[in-house]
Amino acid sequence: MNLFNIIDEIENVDPEFQDRISPRRAAIKNITSFGSKVAVAALPFAFSTLFKKAYGQTSGTAVNDVLNFALTLEYLEAEYYATGVSTAGLIPAGAGATALAQIAKDEANHVAFLKSVLGSAAVSKPTFDFTAKNTFPDVFSNYQTFLKVALAFEDTGVRAYKGQAGNLKGNKVVLTAALNIHSVEARHASHLRQMVAANVSGASALKPWIAYTANGNDTGIAAVNPVYAGEQNTTQANVNVTGFMGASGNISQSAAAEAFDEPLTKDAVLAIAGLFIV
Amino acid sequence: MENLTKAEEIVSHDNSDFLTANVQRRSFIKYAGAATAAVALIAAGCKKSHDGNNGAEAYLGRGDTGILNYAYALEQLEAAFYTQAVASFGGDSSWTVAEKALITDIRDHEIAHREFFKTALGTNAIGSLEVNFDSINFNSKANVLATAKAFEDLGVSAYNGAGYLIENGDYLTLAGKIVSVEARHAAYIRDLISNGSFAGADVVNPTTGLDTSRSPQEVLGIAGAYIKTKINANDLPS
Repeated sequence: MNLFNIIDEIENVDPEFQDRISPRRAAIKNITSFGSKVAVAALPFAFSTLFKKAYGQTSGTAVNDVLNFALTLEYLEAEYYATGVSTAGLIPAGAGATALAQIAKDEANHVAFLKSVLGSAAVSKPTFDFTAKNTFPDVFSNYQTFLKVALAFEDTGVRAYKGQAGNLKGNKVVLTAALNIHSVEARHASHLRQMVAANVSGASALKPWIAYTANGNDTGIAAVNPVYAGEQNTTQANVNVTGFMGASGNISQSAAAEAFDEPLTKDAVLAIAGLFIV
Repeated sequence: MENLTKAEEIVSHDNSDFLTANVQRRSFIKYAGAATAAVALIAAGCKKSHDGNNGAEAYLGRGDTGILNYAYALEQLEAAFYTQAVASFGGDSSWTVAEKALITDIRDHEIAHREFFKTALGTNAIGSLEVNFDSINFNSKANVLATAKAFEDLGVSAYNGAGYLIENGDYLTLAGKIVSVEARHAAYIRDLISNGSFAGADVVNPTTGLDTSRSPQEVLGIAGAYIKTKINANDLPS
């Protein structure tokens, strides 16, 4: 067991690991003397204590659970776009095809990134049925359907990562990486909303953000209601946002709902993703 | 000594209390030799100016209060920017009806964020910041969009980079609720400038697919060009 190698490795992914272990960098710099004073047999224990101290309440198992949950969603998205962009005749050439290729690449990168972080703890890819048991039978033959389902995936992804943030609290490496994926999903969702508005019949009013509707679902696609459940919320931290002064008069109900995206619980996300998993 | 000079500046700007200021200044010099004592005194001096009516500096504070004030400062900047942008639509005839509607939405979102933080912070909230938009031509759609892009991408990187500093899980989730809306704005603005640039390689790493995160110091260094009020972020967690 080479402690110094391990610390070097950790520092590769977490440059501030030493500070994390001890606010006084000197303490860890003196690890040689620390080691010499502690019986070799006690080292693993001492080291795991250092880890717990470094990463606070987020135990390795809890972090891996979040990462594997994220990986499952990224598998879903990555395979969906990979299939879409390689299906002849589905996506018209032009800006849309370029954008979808970009999104496909980002999602494939997310899968590779999460797998590299999880290593042997990574879950394997499920088998997907993107028709969701025939709910979307033409998902890979009708461009409009393809965009609608893509948007549902992106808006779900945004909510899923948000819902897990609390489980990664204080974890500089993993929480920051998760947030850096979360905002990319939101960028995708914003662009896909514009694509849906431009290409899907009856959806021209769709905004890049989730507008207020009574049930939260502003897409007009009833089959994806669970993806948007709760997005109509206008109360944050027990304060009704419509009570604030806006540019003229109070903040509108729509602006209040749009200004805050809502999280989804892991169970709610798995229920949605489960529709597409065989 | 840099801190001492800063403290002197703060004190000497406090014209309303000129005599006391001079006494304090002498105290600083007297104790400057003893490092710890001097630091304590400087801290005390700063504290005084934050609590007073001296509008020279906005002190963000410590812990979650500091981070929330940091977010509040950025939301103030964005809200002020979009308020002026919307008021200046008439200066450039190339704005379309749809663009004007969506950018007005963004203004309202930023105002909602600003007011939310102000309310959440209560008496701990920093005051209203004085902005400096001299470098922005609000009568140019291209210039407004370029600035909007810079602010939105900066905002996304700010929330992404500060998330791990938040101790309270509810605040963390709230920051998450806001950052994805900022990312939606960023993507929309980027697409207006160049369709398809919503997740361009300048913000999303083309190898990992990860967005950008920045430390509060980096963010304030960039945002500072647009803020006249001096922001004191010295006690933010790191």
